[in-house]
Amino acid sequence: MNLKDIIKPENLVYSKTPLLTDNVMSYCPGCSHGTAHRIIMEVIEEMGIQSETIGVAPVGCSVLAYDFMNIDMAQAAHGRAPAVATGIKRCWPEKYVFTYQGDGDLAAIGTAETIHACNRGENIMIVFINNGIYGMTGGQMAPTTLPGMKSSTSPFGRDVATMGNPIKMTDLVAQLPGTYYVTRQAVHKPVNVRRTKKAIRIALENQKLNKGLSFIEIVSSCNSGWKMTPVQANIWMEENMIPFYPLGDLKVDGELVKK
Amino acid sequence: MAKARGAIVVDIEKCKGCEVCVVNCPTNVIRLTREVNGKGYHYAYMEVPEACIGCANCAVVCPDGVITVYQVKE
Ligand SMILES: Cc1ncc(C[n+]2csc(CCOP(=O)(O)OP(=O)(O)O)c2C)c(N)n1
Ligand code: SF4
Ligand code: SF4
Ligand code: SF4
Repeated sequence: MNLKDIIKPENLVYSKTPLLTDNVMSYCPGCSHGTAHRIIMEVIEEMGIQSETIGVAPVGCSVLAYDFMNIDMAQAAHGRAPAVATGIKRCWPEKYVFTYQGDGDLAAIGTAETIHACNRGENIMIVFINNGIYGMTGGQMAPTTLPGMKSSTSPFGRDVATMGNPIKMTDLVAQLPGTYYVTRQAVHKPVNVRRTKKAIRIALENQKLNKGLSFIEIVSSCNSGWKMTPVQANIWMEENMIPFYPLGDLKVDGELVKK
Repeated sequence: MAKARGAIVVDIEKCKGCEVCVVNCPTNVIRLTREVNGKGYHYAYMEVPEACIGCANCAVVCPDGVITVYQVKE
């Protein structure tokens, strides 16, 4: 069979969703942000809720998410996305509202907003991109940086005795009564991308039923900040990040998952 | 089981040459070109097109969403 017999409209099985704009994404080659953006938009397309969804972009590399996500979006001050999303959702309870935040945004400067939005059980989805580092500003140590992990502000590795312990935000918010669905996923391999997409679907379906807050951590790589190639960064992530931040559901239908 | 033949089309000017698709193709179809696109990136192409089964794994992991996949079941 010839290539031109295969490449025909009727044989199409996968193409970029129109809910991603045609703008070239500003992310480094191989950055997890791009994949995360795409699957959120795919779910919104599949649910047919493009005109009913409002996203809130953070400060961080994904500050320009509104240039790539072809839906209504607001952009919040650093760490304040859950507060902004709370306001939007309370004004338009029938809309689907989500935040999209990095670990510096969600787990450092925005800790209070994150914890309280989760504890109040705001009926929103929070997508948490955990790449263990401040990507945008040059790879500084974040609260999520692993013990011993090198960053531009911990060049000899994170020493927990002086720099403190990494914080597992997802485990923490799972304990709060306001969260209904809490899961930790990744997007470095096809199987993980497909699982994360399912999680996003569950979160938005929960929102339709006013169930409370859904929290999806995506363990991600920041190859520029980690000073690796994209492929090396994904391997490093699998060998180092995932053992510390294990993948899977932490809370389903408001009940903690017993490990 | 019915055999499937597939093909991918890469949006060359938007590909960033990250190689994430290359390592995630189960049948080792994809490589990066020697020449570069307008942004200076080596871009993905089918080195072994006859091995493509149209599984879409490459497109699913492509951070820039630049791969389109076609499949024919034989
Ligand atoms: C109030 C305020 N403080 C500090 C900054 C500087 N700043 C910009 S992005 C960023 C960290 C972003 O890291 P993260 O949330 O992990 O996102 P990533 O870039 O890794 O995706 C910081 C500290 C800022 N823009 N505003
Ligand atoms: S600095 Fe890191 S998080 Fe930011 S775009 Fe580059 S790889 Fe992605
Ligand atoms: S994953 Fe996408 S951007 Fe990266 S090399 Fe392959 S086609 Fe290009
Ligand atoms: S569709 Fe599947 S077999 Fe074909 S190039 Fe992509 S990953 Fe490889």
